Amino acid sequence: MNSSTPAVVVDRLTKTFDDFTAVDGITLTIGQGEVVGFIGPNGAGKSTTLRMLCGLLTPTAGRATVAGYDVAREPEKVRQNIGYMSQKFSLYGDLTVRENLRFFAGIYRVRREDLASRMEFAIRMAGLEGREDVQVTTLAGGWKQRLALGCAILHRPPILFLDEPTSGVEPEARRRFWDLIHELAADGVTILVSTHYMDEAEYCNRIALINQGRLIALGTPRALKGSRLGGQLVEIACAPLGRALARISAAAGVLDAAIFGDRLHVVVSEGGLDLGGLRQILADGGIQVGEARAVSPSLEDVFVRIVARKPDVPGAAA
Amino acid sequence: MNGRRVRAIAVKEALQVWRDPRSLAVALLMPFMQLVLLGYGVSLDIKHVPLCVYDQEMSQQSRAVVDGFVSSGWFRLARALPNEAAIRTAMNRDQCSAVLVIPADFSRRLAMTGRATLQGIFDATDVNTTNIAMGYAAGATAQLQSTFEAKYAAAHGLTPSAVGSVDLEPSTWFNETLDSRNFIIPGVVAVILALVGAQLTSLTISREWERGTMEQLISTPVTTLELMAGKLTPYFVIGLADAAFCLGAAIFWFKVPFRGDVSTLFVTTALFILVVLGFGYLISVRVRSQLGASQIALLVTLLPTTLLSGYTFPLDQMPAPIRAISLVVYARYYVSILRGLFLKGSGLADLAAPLAGLCVSALIILWLAARAFHKRLD
Repeated sequence: MNSSTPAVVVDRLTKTFDDFTAVDGITLTIGQGEVVGFIGPNGAGKSTTLRMLCGLLTPTAGRATVAGYDVAREPEKVRQNIGYMSQKFSLYGDLTVRENLRFFAGIYRVRREDLASRMEFAIRMAGLEGREDVQVTTLAGGWKQRLALGCAILHRPPILFLDEPTSGVEPEARRRFWDLIHELAADGVTILVSTHYMDEAEYCNRIALINQGRLIALGTPRALKGSRLGGQLVEIACAPLGRALARISAAAGVLDAAIFGDRLHVVVSEGGLDLGGLRQILADGGIQVGEARAVSPSLEDVFVRIVARKPDVPGAAA
Repeated sequence: MNGRRVRAIAVKEALQVWRDPRSLAVALLMPFMQLVLLGYGVSLDIKHVPLCVYDQEMSQQSRAVVDGFVSSGWFRLARALPNEAAIRTAMNRDQCSAVLVIPADFSRRLAMTGRATLQGIFDATDVNTTNIAMGYAAGATAQLQSTFEAKYAAAHGLTPSAVGSVDLEPSTWFNETLDSRNFIIPGVVAVILALVGAQLTSLTISREWERGTMEQLISTPVTTLELMAGKLTPYFVIGLADAAFCLGAAIFWFKVPFRGDVSTLFVTTALFILVVLGFGYLISVRVRSQLGASQIALLVTLLPTTLLSGYTFPLDQMPAPIRAISLVVYARYYVSILRGLFLKGSGLADLAAPLAGLCVSALIILWLAARAFHKRLD
């Protein structure tokens, strides 16, 4: 893989199980050293895509290359160039931290002269100093995840696939994990990471929004938030929410509206309704209106908006 | 195949077995328990067969006949019967499994012609026992015969050999003491190794699937051959240890004579263990749950090896289709090799046929096992 080849090229990749389409024609190119986030709800097809990229599942249609190798035809070449963390914790619980690391170092044929330093690095990175001889099953979630990352990077792979590495991990440990991801990216490692935590998307260079097997948007977090909404986002505290939603959705100049916790998030077209106008519409319907203000959209707003719009052309070119 | 990877897998697997009580129990306890159960529980020797006697003559001569039967050690006198009708009653009530009838003219005929007939009635409900009891009776009769012949010859001034009617003596080879244990124990060792070996490796792949470690493992560049070699290595060592234990017990505890060559024993045993482990591995690849894999391994090794390996039931007595099926029961080859080594002291050349069978089994099973595993989730 020379420096100009993209790390990952995905071309109309599709996977069907019986009559269920898990991944539906995803197209995407990832450059070297990028951190790309796969964002989407559970069951959106993120894991299936990552498994195809590791050569663990055979694509039904389309193709993908990783480090320049075709995932269907040269899976072993692909595997030599990647580190993979599966969604479920998959280290050996009955082995100690050190034994797990030594096992994967052996499997990846880490050179003997590098063995000690790589293992030490992984232990330090995972914050497991002093716990080298503890059986992994007794470790807390965050440590396990960092150890799994440590095992996946022992052989210094240029590309990392991380499938929901932070799921079920406490927030403090999640942030620490993302620090590690950025340290690796700074060393030039390409990272494709899936998550269903929208807030984590902000840490990525680019994010790919995935829903029902399709890539529905792709871009930097800022670009997605800025351009994808197509209007101004307004947050309104009001009650009862159900009636308010029905009333405001029907109003002219309202592009989209959704319940967001105990508030309404309403997208209004630029230069259309102002805050006063919105309040008026709701108040006329006998709805109690509290605070109303323009807010900058979160990725979740963008996601909800895009899913609702159901674009006919997936935003692959964005 | 890369030695580094094979070693990494072998070390990991050994650590897991060492820390898994269930695997340890299968590896160490199971052979011991089976050896005790099968070694002591299964014995085809029947001693002290209960014998009823209906002595119509009640002479000194007829009492000598009864004594001859009892002193052989194969029979014990259960009851003396007063009449014909009592025979049926005694049989029906399971008071005896054999009845000896001495006719009223036994001594007279013996004295006049040198020949007389004893009547033996056997309860054939248990065919196996009956066969053995009949064999014993023939043996006891033959002994009596030679005594009586000598007497008759002396009485008529003839040499014993001139009397003529020397019946065929039941003679036994290789197992001179007629101790079925010598015949059974080598077979027991084969059955135990087949069971334990398949049990051990039946867990090895299914454990990875069950604990979710397989996905990580197959995302690495490890090859299927390296995986198999690495995984079989620690079990091969355990299998050899189990074999040493069982064979040692056969020789030193059960006192089965060993007349063969130790290096031949080692080579053939190692080959058999490889076959057995490969078979368990094949099951493990196919069945993704540990429980299922171990149950199937038990089922498909226990029945064929006990029934069709020739370990208790002679294969040459079976109908042709069953004999044909027994060709795939690889334990039969090891059973004949062990019997040959133990009782006959056979060399490699004598064992060529079963050894070839074992080699072919090894090739087929290991080939299937290596091919069965795919580094894919679908």
